[in-house]
Amino acid sequence: MATEAALKTDIDLAPAEALIAAYMDNREATIALLQDVQKHYGYLPRPVLELISERLNLPHTQLFALATFYRAFSLKPRGRHLINVCTGTTCHVRGAPMLLEAIERECKCKAGGTTADGRFTIETVNCVGACALAPVIVIDEEAHGRLTQAKLKKVLDQYK
Amino acid sequence: MKLKGLADLDEVKREGLRLLYPDRVKIIVGTATCGMAAGAGKVVETFRRVIDELKLEAIVEETGCIGMCQKEPIVTVYRPGQTKLVYHSMTPKKAEELARQLAEGNPGTQNALGQIFREKALLSGEERVLGKNGGSAPLSEAPDLDEIPFYRKQLKIALRNCGYIDPNDIRHSIARGGYYTLYKVLTEWKPDAVVEEITKSGLRGRGGGGFPTGRKWRSCRDAKGQHHYIICNADEGDPGAFMDRSLLEGDPHSMLEGMIIGAFGIGGDEGYIYVRNEYPQAIRKLTRALEQCHEYGLLGDNIFGTEFSFDITINRGGGAFVCGESTALMASLEGQVGEPRAKYIHTVEHGLRDQPSCLNNVETWANVPAVMGKGADWFTSIGTGGSKGTKVFSLVGTIRTTGLIEVPMGISIREVLEDIGGGVREGHRFKAVQTGGPSGGTILVDERGATVRTEPATGAYTVGIMPESLLDLPIDFDSLTEAGSMMGSGGLIVMDETSCMVDVARYFLRFLAEESCGKCLPCREGLRQMVNILDRICEGKGEHGDIELLEELGNVVMDTSLCALGGTAANPPLSTIRYFRDEYEAHIYDKNCPAGVCKALIAYGVNAEACTGCGLCLKACPTDAVFTRKPKAGESTPKLREGRDLHDISQDKCIKCGACFEACTFDAVVKE
Ligand SMILES: Cc1cc2nc3c(=O)[nH]c(=O)nc-3n(C[C@H](O)[C@H](O)[C@H](O)COP(=O)(O)O)c2cc1C
Ligand code: SF4
Ligand code: SF4
Ligand code: SF4
Repeated sequence: MATEAALKTDIDLAPAEALIAAYMDNREATIALLQDVQKHYGYLPRPVLELISERLNLPHTQLFALATFYRAFSLKPRGRHLINVCTGTTCHVRGAPMLLEAIERECKCKAGGTTADGRFTIETVNCVGACALAPVIVIDEEAHGRLTQAKLKKVLDQYK
Repeated sequence: MKLKGLADLDEVKREGLRLLYPDRVKIIVGTATCGMAAGAGKVVETFRRVIDELKLEAIVEETGCIGMCQKEPIVTVYRPGQTKLVYHSMTPKKAEELARQLAEGNPGTQNALGQIFREKALLSGEERVLGKNGGSAPLSEAPDLDEIPFYRKQLKIALRNCGYIDPNDIRHSIARGGYYTLYKVLTEWKPDAVVEEITKSGLRGRGGGGFPTGRKWRSCRDAKGQHHYIICNADEGDPGAFMDRSLLEGDPHSMLEGMIIGAFGIGGDEGYIYVRNEYPQAIRKLTRALEQCHEYGLLGDNIFGTEFSFDITINRGGGAFVCGESTALMASLEGQVGEPRAKYIHTVEHGLRDQPSCLNNVETWANVPAVMGKGADWFTSIGTGGSKGTKVFSLVGTIRTTGLIEVPMGISIREVLEDIGGGVREGHRFKAVQTGGPSGGTILVDERGATVRTEPATGAYTVGIMPESLLDLPIDFDSLTEAGSMMGSGGLIVMDETSCMVDVARYFLRFLAEESCGKCLPCREGLRQMVNILDRICEGKGEHGDIELLEELGNVVMDTSLCALGGTAANPPLSTIRYFRDEYEAHIYDKNCPAGVCKALIAYGVNAEACTGCGLCLKACPTDAVFTRKPKAGESTPKLREGRDLHDISQDKCIKCGACFEACTFDAVVKE
């Protein structure tokens, strides 16, 4: 449990308090609250979930149900940059699976994970809606279209 | 300024027209998600910088997408009194050159897609002639944009403003007739009559199911409750579809106007837009549009100074496909896990917070102002007997011109693929087109042996030797359903011989299995078992009986699932088995993937006759599997360049990443 204790001390709960305060009277907005938390911390830290549960008087299970049902949420810290590899239909038929493998090789990290140096987290997304430029990857909301394995390294190098 | 009446609206419109058609040069860059993915951000930066340097009196404006996503970044140049010039595939370098040419008053023709001679605003009905006598001389050869094959057969109702306005400025929408219909409805119409008119128009929901919109509105209006909620489904979970994104990014106000009109007709007092989190730009633009509506008094209390009050809130989805389903969406809006519930409780009576709720798709809402503004009779004059109006499609896959199109219902799939999309890519054969999202079918087949030929006149590629097939099917709700597919939300994904149908079926099923909410057993477990079987087949471990087992499982899942996710999930395997059984058999019995997609069943090699020895493959290979060697005795190497060695692949080291295949520009790397 040492890691958990360490996590706890690492997390500054003050911003979470402020976010929760904004949703105090609106239990329907739990998803929106979690989205805000995710945006601020980059993931849903356990101590924050505990705090929400306490402040809003919501059972833990409900928060975990939400956090695991929706793709947007992550219970693990993410890297400095989030690579989202589009695996929509068009990207799929235009080579996204091989591109994803190339990214995994280049970063030495599987989809769903974070690189050892904390530089990238690799995830997949069902469709970013830029199918005409398939295959597409999105890094921190910036989309890169018509990507090839050959161009990949240059794109990744832009993110330190 | 809160708009109170027609005079106010007219004043904003005049202002808007001055912005749309200013007295100086305007450079308009498409910066929707597709444009940005193609590098439009840098193009905008370049224009701003160069214009500053040259002290050119010009405006740089950002707009949505005019549909030709593949040719992004697209730049439109407006010059007072002259035709608009539309350029494609812009780069910072080309942008700089264009800006310099503009400073000299003589824009070049390179990369010109076409020119716009006149612009008609659908709702105001006003037409503006831009260039006299066809515009400036050096560009006379650039075609009329409306006449190029991609646009000629299109008819834009929902997309009427996309790419023509700055979506961040409500004055632009008003200049093109936006919110006039709302004003007319609020001041001249009775709510019942609004519902009646929508019913008469025959408008059907564009979100996939094609449910008659008027009937939904009527039941909701008649339902008893403390509140009536108006909801816009902007979840767009279908991979391969981006109609809703384009609409929201290109023209959020048309959709908002539709929602407000709907609220008035139905008696709605609160509105929600459920938009997917993966569309950050759409969320930003919607947020801005709502702010402007409040500022202009088009949302909130006493809209246009009338008795009618209505407001809209944006909710960001959490990235679960099933949340596009109406009951799951409402559960998600309530802050719960998005699980569908049984449909015998109708959401129009007991929806969000157990109140009457009317949920429609983005495109459906965007059609509403057009129907009300131009009348049901006008709307019914477009389309077929059972499907009125137009449908927006995202035309993607291995087709020559991919992008976003809007066509009248009843047009044939062949016209869309060949006339608008230009047929499949050069040197490829058409194989299948997939409609209806992940749970739709893959239809249109039978092109084995068909050749691709060039039509000299247009330079367009068409598919020749087309047997009697489904390609001539008219696009409308009913005929697509009859053919075993469905209209769905509007993704048309074209595939050629490089797509493996077993792999495609596996792709969709895996997607649906992952996205299943898990509430019902057949969907949760059945889909997973089907994925396992397909995995085995793709890995070359398929067995006799697998096809039949897939069919059986598929039918059970379809028959016994609660919501339409499970209820249509088996469409992709069933329709691919129906039309491409031989491909399944090749995988199972011959351990062969005819399309060369399934990794376990292919090997990469080098065709010595085609290899030039350039070494690109060697550089690309991540595992040093590519090596050089001298030609063997008797080996024919006509293309091998002098002083170079032949390249070959060591099967032991090869991980089949395809990098060499992608890198070789001489088609010398082959899949076997
Ligand atoms: C699994 C599933 C996902 C769906 N996803 C969407 C979606 O992303 N967008 C949408 O408009 N409709 C979606 N629908 C259809 C909606 O449930 C609903 O029929 C539609 O939004 C109603 O609007 P319309 O009548 O304007 O078409 C989905 C349905 C199912 C079963
Ligand atoms: S069919 Fe599938 S997605 Fe639909 S309710 Fe059942 S388990 Fe959930
Ligand atoms: S497929 Fe990949 S690993 Fe195999 S030879 Fe080509 S580049 Fe190397
Ligand atoms: S890239 Fe192609 S042509 Fe060049 S060496 Fe490799 S196989 Fe030969």
